[in-house]
Amino acid sequence: MLEVKNLCKTYRRNEALTDANIRFEEDKIYGLLGRNGAGKTTLLDCITGRIFPTSGESLLDGEPTIENDAALSQIYLMAEQTLFPESMRVADVMKWTKNFYPSFDMQYAEKISREFGLDPRRKVKELSTGYSSILKCVVSLSVNTKYVIFDEPVLGLDANHRELFYTLLLKKYAEKPFTAIISTHLIDEVANLIEDVIIIDHGRVMTQQPCEELLASGYSVSGKAADVDAFIQGRNVLSIDQIGGLKTACIMEKPDRSQIPLELEISKLDLQKLFVQMTNTKESV
Amino acid sequence: MKINYESEKPIFMQLAEEIENAVISGAFPEGEQIPSITELSATLKINPATANKGVNMLVDAGIVYKKRGLGMFVQEGAVKMLTEKKKNEFIEEHITALVDEAKKLGLTKKDVLSIIEKQFDK
Repeated sequence: MLEVKNLCKTYRRNEALTDANIRFEEDKIYGLLGRNGAGKTTLLDCITGRIFPTSGESLLDGEPTIENDAALSQIYLMAEQTLFPESMRVADVMKWTKNFYPSFDMQYAEKISREFGLDPRRKVKELSTGYSSILKCVVSLSVNTKYVIFDEPVLGLDANHRELFYTLLLKKYAEKPFTAIISTHLIDEVANLIEDVIIIDHGRVMTQQPCEELLASGYSVSGKAADVDAFIQGRNVLSIDQIGGLKTACIMEKPDRSQIPLELEISKLDLQKLFVQMTNTKESV
Repeated sequence: MKINYESEKPIFMQLAEEIENAVISGAFPEGEQIPSITELSATLKINPATANKGVNMLVDAGIVYKKRGLGMFVQEGAVKMLTEKKKNEFIEEHITALVDEAKKLGLTKKDVLSIIEKQFDK
């Protein structure tokens, strides 16, 4: 298990991460969600020892990950930026990765490169934004470490390639389970892929729980404004939308069907909407 | 196979229903193998744990059985079991909903019955 305990990171006087406690269990797919600047990358950098936390610890099976080669060799971070040397060819990037991560599966990497249409003779600097991401995806999917962290994996990918990435990820995971941590803004796309969801906002962990559980903790009702208003009286309302005389309200509580009047339509919360509502506060103007 | 990601019904239940429908329609014949968890999750882009949960519902209900190392197969007699189950569900879900909706629209029992009769004679 990979966990962070009371992790804090301060840049000068700016707290990027405040008292973060997260546990990543083995063989699960996690979604790490947060708005721009919420602290996702800071968290991932602290876990993989790219930066030092101000306080707190990051542990793999109880051992600190920082400056611990044995632990770090089991965690692969696909960074948002491309850190491969610019003049290196794609094939050499893979060869070098294999040197650092012996579990890297070269045959598999070549196979999925072909599926993505990634030319191994190309130099890193010649790759378009999309293909830079693809190279990083190919490497991350082939590296076979126990923990693989994807930071914005589908950045710049077209719809076909995004779908291919998700398919390959799920196949890989189903055949040989590992812990995948996907940090992304494209919530709708990963909502059904992930088992557990972690939401970070303003450097704080707001929630960590099974995705299904989080979605089941609320629901939305819609109908005539007066009916909705009457129903939401005294309930924990997350948001209200109104178009003309029609109202939709998101409510945070377990739905009790017997209590919901027939005139109201009930539907499931969606992760993206829920996320937007949960992180929509405190915007300093 | 189609999953409605916006539906109020959890995905694993939808998956179980889709497989049931495929068994009833003969797309997954009795005694034959059904797609693996890997295939289901990769095709539908859902978490394998969710796919597993859906399939396990069918295993528990005796519709599907697992053969170690080989995969999952449709139980003999599954079609009959499912048809019975669907009949009950049809009454519970559709007829109840139909009557509720009809009341909302101000249709009488007589109106609804005559509409249904017409539909049957089409």
